[in-house]
Parts: sequence; structure tokens; C-alpha cells
Amino acid sequence: MNPSELIEAIQGRFPDAVTQSHAWRGDATLVLRSEFLVEVARYLKEAPALGMNFLMDLTAVDYSTFGKKPALGFFSSSGVGVRSPAQIPDPDPWPGPPGRSRFAVVYHFFSTAHKHRLRLVVPVEESEASVDSLTDLWPGANWLEREAWDMFGIEFRGHPDLKRILMYEGFEGHPLRKDYPVNKRQPLIGPVN
Amino acid sequence: MDTTPNPTASAAAGAEINELETRDMLLNIGPAHPAMHGIIRIVAKLDGEEIKDAEVEIGYLHRAFEKMAETVDYNGVIPYTDRLNYVSPLINNMGYCMAVEKLLGISVPERCHYVRVILSEISRITDHLTCVGATAMELGAFTVFLYMIKAREFLWDLVEKVTGARLTVTYCRVGGVKADLPDDFVQPCLEAFKETRKVLAESRQLLERNRIFVDRVEGTGVISADDAIAYGITGPFLRATGADYDVRKDCPYAVYDRLSFEIPVGSRGDNMDRFLVRMEEMEQSMLIVEQALREIPPGPILVDVETGRPIPAAEMVDLAKVGNIAAIQGGCAVACPTLEGSGRDKHLSIATGEKRVVLPPKEDGYGNIEGLMQQFKLVMMGHGIRPPKGEVYFPVEGANGELGFYVVSDGSESAYRVRVRPPCFAIMSALPQMIVGGMMADVVPTFGSVNMIGGELDR
Repeated sequence: MNPSELIEAIQGRFPDAVTQSHAWRGDATLVLRSEFLVEVARYLKEAPALGMNFLMDLTAVDYSTFGKKPALGFFSSSGVGVRSPAQIPDPDPWPGPPGRSRFAVVYHFFSTAHKHRLRLVVPVEESEASVDSLTDLWPGANWLEREAWDMFGIEFRGHPDLKRILMYEGFEGHPLRKDYPVNKRQPLIGPVN
Repeated sequence: MDTTPNPTASAAAGAEINELETRDMLLNIGPAHPAMHGIIRIVAKLDGEEIKDAEVEIGYLHRAFEKMAETVDYNGVIPYTDRLNYVSPLINNMGYCMAVEKLLGISVPERCHYVRVILSEISRITDHLTCVGATAMELGAFTVFLYMIKAREFLWDLVEKVTGARLTVTYCRVGGVKADLPDDFVQPCLEAFKETRKVLAESRQLLERNRIFVDRVEGTGVISADDAIAYGITGPFLRATGADYDVRKDCPYAVYDRLSFEIPVGSRGDNMDRFLVRMEEMEQSMLIVEQALREIPPGPILVDVETGRPIPAAEMVDLAKVGNIAAIQGGCAVACPTLEGSGRDKHLSIATGEKRVVLPPKEDGYGNIEGLMQQFKLVMMGHGIRPPKGEVYFPVEGANGELGFYVVSDGSESAYRVRVRPPCFAIMSALPQMIVGGMMADVVPTFGSVNMIGGELDR
């Protein structure tokens, strides 16, 4: 299926679950309410027309500082302000970050039978940073979810062993959050066990 | 994990006096162990020689790649990608650059695609040589290791000829590559392949009928195609199980759809099949390179290097400073050797024409105000490449499997989020399943065939 057919197929099946969709640069993307995640993922995996047997990637994005970087002035040599390339109107713009939530958990699926890809984006609030785990459907989600927990502090309900994976157990904070300073140092403690 | 005696074992011992009491032993393999390529720790629970349970601990080589990528500009990330899979850095370069190009909505000239394909296939061979050679060495075939490293040396000489470096190449740029292939590339390349083929034939003879090697790799570390897919395993590891997914064939990028090559698949999903698949893939990669070298289109020539008057770069700058443009018109800059192949004559064939993305050729940077401004807008702090807001995912076939880059841009000069999908992460997460129930000695060939690369696993 091509990206727009894919989006239609899932939107038609789960009209309540999908809040936003786009196929920017050819990547079929659906923004999903978190309570529908497991249901939709199971459908993606089991419906023969979709056949998404691969959970290729699972990650998260912290959108808390998106677009808040101080804009630098662009001036031509005569001192007249000019537009930066990012401000030049785009005929096919990206619809923007999913909702107002701080985090978004991003899933990439792939089907070897139909060779199509789909991205699911699940917005997650900071106050209640948790989504359902997909480990029952794909055992490969186990480590990927541990990494998302380690780096962003997003909990995965129903995960068998949610603990840090790249950082050590005594590490404080979640390093890929935007409020974690790049140059912060922490004492490196030895292995706990 | 507990170290208390196994309760069922001690109960059984109490009931039957003849039976000896056994207890499980915890064995730490790694973090620093000769058979653990890189730093990784496997905590294995042993009952005699048999592994009853295993836990894999990673993260010892975490270098915060994804965090650092958010702090530098788009081209600044490329040196970091070299250090992901440091055995085939050119494929990482290519994957990252193509992801950003997708974000920008641009493409590179055809010749540039061919150059990237040629170099990434050469990198794939070096990666497989390292993996097969190291695995063979751990199983006692030290000669094979030396032969394969010898062959890798020939290929790294080629890489050095093109990029100027052997390991941390930083060769691709967003919108192009650093420099064109050198003029005398084809002959050395074909000669290196001749040597490599000789080495592969020798290694096959040494390994395929070698009792020690075959006994240890056949039937060990087995995983089924369904399990492999459920774990997200891709690359040669998946293809050894019989599933034929290859990004180059199934989601072709660059010019792979024009090149004809075969995807070798196995059937049993054991270490032997993975060895055979890798051996065949090296041959296929060489065929791809030979084909690409025949088909690569010549680039547009603007200034003939032979007849164009060479002017040392420093002199060119001085002439340009005083406005003596006439004196440098038609000349080509003689810059330091690292800039060879990126002159004005080659520039259009190796980089996209989009001025907001690629640096101008040095002659223009020194010689005219437009070139100077183009350079300035790209390299000065706060300027640089500014893709529109958006998110893209772009996969390429790395030596270990699907290497995907997910890039989110907020319209500023540095990426908002760069995520790399490392292929051996998925394979490592399935490792406990493959070694539990097997013998301790089987860990070595199985782990070897995973081709764990600490750089991309821990990032």
C-alpha cells in the first residue's frame, strides 16, 4: 500500500484512535491516542492486508523546547532583514509536533510481505509519562522500551523488566530529556550487583 | 541473580542419597574478555557446561551520540556517525546524509550516488571480513584471521586513497561527498578485489571442511525466521534463517535498483549459515562495485585540471583580497592534499547544486563574493544548513542489517533529535534466547556471528 492508502485503511478501522495523520516526505505517519496503542499495533501485525511483522524502531522525542530556540537575525549586506530558509513558505509543510504533550513515543513498523512502512506517534504527558508495552506482540520491544525509559523516563506498563540499559543503575535523571544539560557530570559508580 | 543452591536440586539430593548435590554457578563473561569484541557483559547461570539462564548487559561504550547530535550543526554530526559502526563508517555516513537529504527534499547527482554505493559496498566487505575473521580466530583458526585482515588492509588502502583516512573517514556531506574518486581508482580497486577473492578462496578451503570449525558452528546458535523477525533482526543474521529481507532490494535507495545482484539466504539459521551468507555477500558486494565502476557516469568538467592554471590557495586568497579577480579567473586552486578531488571541475558531479546545503568549491570561496557568502552562510556560528521543520526516517542496509536514521528538525541549524536504529541492538537482545540451553563453548561462535559493534550498540 502507498502511504495515503495505509493511513486511510487504519483511520477507517480506528476512527476514534487517530487524531492526526500525514505523509510528509512519503513517510506514512499516524498520531494515536495512547489507550488505543496495543489494539492498533495488534491489528497492524495480524491484518493480512497490512502484515507489519517488524517493529523496526521505537524511540521517543521530547518536544518541550521545540521551536523555542532564539531566532537569529538574518540580514543582507544592505542591512535589510531577509527570511531564513526555514521561513520560506513550503507548499507541503509538516503539520508540526503531535499535540501539546511534552513527549511523543515514536514507533516504526515495516512489513516484509508488502514492503511498506508506517510510523505511529503516541503523545505522552509529562505528568503521566507511561504507555502500554508492546513486548507481548514483539519481544524485540523489550530492549527498545528499556532504552526509551532510560533516556526519557517514559514508563511502559506491562514491561517484564523495566530498568536502565545504557546508563548504570545509580544514574540520576534521563539524559535525552531537553532539560538535562549536555555537560552535566555525574560520579560513575561501580556495578551494583 | 541469586547464588543460593538450587532448591529442587537439594531436595532431590536429600531424597536420594546417591545423587550428588548440584548448584548453579554464575559466570561473568566480560566486560573485558578476549572473546567479547568490545565491552559487553554476559551473566550466565551454568549447570555444569550448560547455560540455564543468561542476561546481557550493555552500555559500557555509551558516548551520548544522540545527545551530542543535538548540539552541533547538521554536518557536524558526520564525524560522530563514523564512530557508530567503526568497521564500516562509510555506510553510516551515507545513511545519515541521506536522511538529512530526505528532510531537505534534495537529491545528489548521479555520479555521487555511484561513488557512495561503491564505497559503502567496499565497507561492507571490510565489515564481513572482520566479523568472519575474528570468529574464526576465536575458534582456533588464527591463520584465517591473518589472511582476512590482510585482505581488509588492501580494501582500507582503497578507502584511504579516496577519503584520506582509514577508519574515521567523514567522507559524505549533506548533499554530496567530500571529493570525487581519484583518477587512478579503478585499477587499484580491481587489483584489491583480485587479492580479496584469493583470500576468500583460501579461507573457504581452510574453514569449510575443517572439522573443528564446522563442528562448532553447525547447529549452534539457532534462531528461526519468525523469532528473528519478532526480535527485529535484519541483515545477514536474518537472511541466514531463510527470510530474504534486504533494504537494498526491498526499499532500494541511491542506485541499487539499477544494479543487479543476488541476496544470499540460508535455511537453518545457525552459525554455519551466517558464515556462508557473509562469505557470499562479500562476493556479491565485489560484483556490485565492479558493475558500478563500469556504469558510473563521468562528471561534468568545468575547468580542465590539466590546462587550467594551478594557483596555490594562499596566493589565490591574497589576489582575491586586493580584488585582482582577473588574475585568478580560470585558474584552479592548489589546496592541501586533503582537498584533492573537490575542486570546481569536480564539484558539480559530487555535490548537489543546492547552494543552501553544500559548500562552494574552494576556487569560488576564494575567488568571488557569491562563493564567499555561500561558504560564510554555511560555516559561521548560527548559520548553516537549515532544513524545514519535519521528521523523516531513512533506512540503509548496513553491514549488520537495517541502519535507520530518524531525524526531527525544528528549522534551526542543529537537529532537534537524531535517533539511530542500530542493527546489532536487536540481535543482542535476542542473544540470551540463542545461548540458553546450549553449551558454554557455543557462546563464542554465536556471539562472534552476531558481529557486535560496541560503537553502534551503545552509541
